[in-house]
Amino acid sequence: MRQVKQKYVSKTASQLKPSGIRKFFDLASQMDNVISLGVGEPDFVTPWNVCEAGYASLESGYTAYTANAGLMELREEISSYLSEQFSLSYSAQSEIVLTVGASQAIDLAFRAIIDPGDEVIIVEPGFVAYAPAVTLAGGVPVSLETSAEDEFKVTRDRLKKVITKRTKAILFCFPSNPTGATMSEEELKDITDLIEKHDLLVLSDEIYAELTYDQTHYSISRIEGMRERTILISGFSKAFAMTGWRLGYVTGPEEIIGAILKIHQYTMMCAPTIAQHGALEALRSGRADLDRMKRSYRQRRNYLVKAFNQMGLSCHMPGGAFYAFPSIQSTGMTSDEFAEKLLQEERVAVVPGHVFGAGGEGYIRCSYATSIESLQEAVKRIEQFVERHAEKA
Amino acid sequence: MNEKEVEILEILEENARVPMEVLADMVDVTVEEVERMVKSLEEQNIILSYSSVINWDKAAGKDGVAAMIDVKVTPKREVGFDEVAERIYRFPEVKAVYLMSGAFDLSVQIEGKTMREVAFFVSNKLSTLDSVLSTTTHFLLKKYKHDGIIFEPEQKDKRIVVSP
Ligand SMILES: Cc1ncc(COP(=O)(O)O)c(C=O)c1O
Repeated sequence: MRQVKQKYVSKTASQLKPSGIRKFFDLASQMDNVISLGVGEPDFVTPWNVCEAGYASLESGYTAYTANAGLMELREEISSYLSEQFSLSYSAQSEIVLTVGASQAIDLAFRAIIDPGDEVIIVEPGFVAYAPAVTLAGGVPVSLETSAEDEFKVTRDRLKKVITKRTKAILFCFPSNPTGATMSEEELKDITDLIEKHDLLVLSDEIYAELTYDQTHYSISRIEGMRERTILISGFSKAFAMTGWRLGYVTGPEEIIGAILKIHQYTMMCAPTIAQHGALEALRSGRADLDRMKRSYRQRRNYLVKAFNQMGLSCHMPGGAFYAFPSIQSTGMTSDEFAEKLLQEERVAVVPGHVFGAGGEGYIRCSYATSIESLQEAVKRIEQFVERHAEKA
Repeated sequence: MNEKEVEILEILEENARVPMEVLADMVDVTVEEVERMVKSLEEQNIILSYSSVINWDKAAGKDGVAAMIDVKVTPKREVGFDEVAERIYRFPEVKAVYLMSGAFDLSVQIEGKTMREVAFFVSNKLSTLDSVLSTTTHFLLKKYKHDGIIFEPEQKDKRIVVSP
């Protein structure tokens, strides 16, 4: 029976690999008392003022569709936010579309630019949805592997090697999920001439931009010649602790945003109205909450990364997001083995690095979006685990 | 006061039990440095004490009542309200004293074992002070939030265990 039904599923869909994160979720959620470092979302609840604005929008009867691109008021607020925070200039009228999470923005961007067979370079280890999103849009994902020696940044040499005649675009995400890597203005400038020379588009997923700790975030679209070829993706999930509100946005040059808007209009109509009202409040009054959360992430990062290095799991200092990406190569285990045993023996959930693509094997992703008490306990347990397995080796 | 010291104060205000080794890593200084800084903050009376917020409603065996009293006083030449405030805050049953603007002058929070005890304090100790003109006592019925801490059953982490 299963077989028969299977035949109706499209080739594209049946060939999609299930996410490795899903597998780990299934394992971990069957157990009790798990300390989870496997969570890719803030441990803070949405700031109260934002929730209030959500209630208020319901009370005021804002329960209908908004404009396809989203509330004008919110687009204007995003436009000035991007200008104040990141020195970017995007028109609220024609260059911003509100989406159902950054996730939908990614999907839309690929659908808007990919013709069958176009190659899209994906920086890996990277967010799990990128490559499948390229495939679903009919493109071919090509992985650009980064490594710990380069602090998981994109370098000229590595980029050069993967560009072909069919390359249409490159997708970046800095600060990165899962590595926490960031790229500075100089480091970005080092690769932009290649991008121009090969006439590539850039999809820049900057959803963690606000969570940059040691330097200020610099968007690639600020570099001369880049604005006209950059699609910038962001959202409210991470910085404003609003993952469940499902609200993101995409900005870029008018022609591309126009194409994106068409697809959005036929597939999604508009982003959730209540969430848009919440987001408006987040931009207007959320700064203090954001700063408070960011300070706390930075403190926990400092603690966790140091702890990993001390227990012999070498870990570069991530400049942003809320993930540490330590190497587990010294234990001789694969990342799957390590994560599975750690979960079974010590009840700590982490995500094996290989699920994030090329270069991820040999690492685990540990989210520090969890209380300092839980982190202390997790560190204690991981330490025990590493010691126990070192003795056996 | 440098940035690290402010950061240390913020962390300790939220969680006074964080071990020194962890605190040191969090603000990225050595353990010796953090210990020195905390000690100096204590000596400067910037850190006054490390306290716990207890929800006594949930702790069986200890009942008590609390009241907030609006006090009108006549300020004294030279010392203003300070002298009478001191007379009041020295009483051990007094938990807090604030100088207020508006309809009255001092807000006095007191705690006692029984309502009788509180009433006795107000009528015999507080009202009889020379400068006290009048008092209005409000008994506290339930604490919802105190010093930034919400008094409700512990919030569980509602996130799924592993997510992208
Ligand atoms: C790099 C990256 N991009 C996009 C997303 C999706 O965000 P949203 O909740 O806005 O769809 C995530 C979520 O984990 C992410 O890590």
